[in-house]
Amino acid sequence: MRTIQLSEVTDRVRKLCQQANSELGDDVINALRKAREVEESPTGRRILDQILENARIAKDRTAPLCQDTGFAVFFAELGTEVVLEGGGTLKDAINRGVAQGYKEGFLRKSIVSDPLNRVNTGDNTPAVVHLTQVPGGRLTLTFAPKGGGSENMSRLAMLKPADGLEGVKNFVVETVEKAGANPCPPIVVGVGIGGTFDYSAYLAKKALLRRLDSRNPDPFYAKLEEELLELVNRTGVGPQGLGGTTTALGVLVEAHPCHIASLPVAVNMQCHSARHMSASF
Amino acid sequence: MSQVISLSPPLSDEDVMRLRIGDEISLNGVIYTARDAAHKRLVELIDKGQELPFDIRGAIVYYVGPTPAKPGEVIGSAGPTTSYRMDSYTPALLAQGLKGMIGKGNRGPEVLEAMKKEKAVYFTAVGGAGALIADWITSCGVIAYEDLGAEAIHRLEVKDFQVVVANDAYGGDLFKEGIARYRKD
Repeated sequence: MRTIQLSEVTDRVRKLCQQANSELGDDVINALRKAREVEESPTGRRILDQILENARIAKDRTAPLCQDTGFAVFFAELGTEVVLEGGGTLKDAINRGVAQGYKEGFLRKSIVSDPLNRVNTGDNTPAVVHLTQVPGGRLTLTFAPKGGGSENMSRLAMLKPADGLEGVKNFVVETVEKAGANPCPPIVVGVGIGGTFDYSAYLAKKALLRRLDSRNPDPFYAKLEEELLELVNRTGVGPQGLGGTTTALGVLVEAHPCHIASLPVAVNMQCHSARHMSASF
Repeated sequence: MSQVISLSPPLSDEDVMRLRIGDEISLNGVIYTARDAAHKRLVELIDKGQELPFDIRGAIVYYVGPTPAKPGEVIGSAGPTTSYRMDSYTPALLAQGLKGMIGKGNRGPEVLEAMKKEKAVYFTAVGGAGALIADWITSCGVIAYEDLGAEAIHRLEVKDFQVVVANDAYGGDLFKEGIARYRKD
């Protein structure tokens, strides 16, 4: 067995909150640069220039890329041979790190304690933590701060199995068109197909953690990702919804077994500030 | 693209009426921040017939909730938030003399109608460019609703703050026109 101290988890989460909010992955930067080269709209090209300039400034100064430093979403993979020590749960340790990181990093606190009474919790907790067990002696945490503008444009549909592949494609494209300028295009589109009502949404969010230069390992879904990207970029929405040929930087699809009566499809929208960063213990 | 037009609030009806969608604007001078919670309070004051915390006649409101400033900084990251959430409050503010709004994303039909009636303009700034936009803000102070934190009303002084006219007072809509131009059926 391997022992990991929860205080160490808190400390790494504190740093992760600050770093992930000021730095885009090289895959996102490359996708933005490529889009800048091929974008047909002059306004769109100017917007992509500003987005790239913003990324440079944010990284240089460790300044937040966006004022919406998001809901703190974590994906935790806990090894079967790991013992967590130091009191409380993994979630408690993560929440302590989030509270410290958002305070020390001058990040915006965007969480209200109740959806209807709406009083700010003051420290951006609680985080959402998705915990899965994996073989081995490691703990891996991926932090993905999720902004409200793009999250609000996400949708889920319980399609009929007869709707099939066409139904899924139509729902994804329709979601992007309805969202228009609101999720801050160019977007990344996470698509979860199958599972249950709740699990499809989880898959859609998990898909957003993948690199933009990756493809689903199943050739069928890899082809679907490429087809959806082309369809989405034909909508004309473009950078910031002002028209153009770059509506999305990528479409990432995850699929899962589902019930004979069901075809759940979830679309999780992600703005161009596609932030996520991992830490391994 | 036309050349960049320089504008300083307060804006007159004439200032507004010479703007058309797609115009690139450089804003200089004083603007005010307000987003969801501040809009709710402003409209409550209007409904009660009470005075607003700033002179809204000719003013420009920026939909933003910045990150906290680090020591020595004027403001933290300060990009626009999504505008449609303010739509239900906007006609009441336009009726009081508000002339300009800065945000991201399109507006609802009731706002576009009110903009035509009251002669007002909607600008869009690049969403998610908060670190860059912070460099265009030269001073920042809270003038009302400090309890709302990032949602408090701030008075900002801005220099060469770059926006585009997305909706003008003639009913023009850059979102609709731009998307139609690049759509491939």
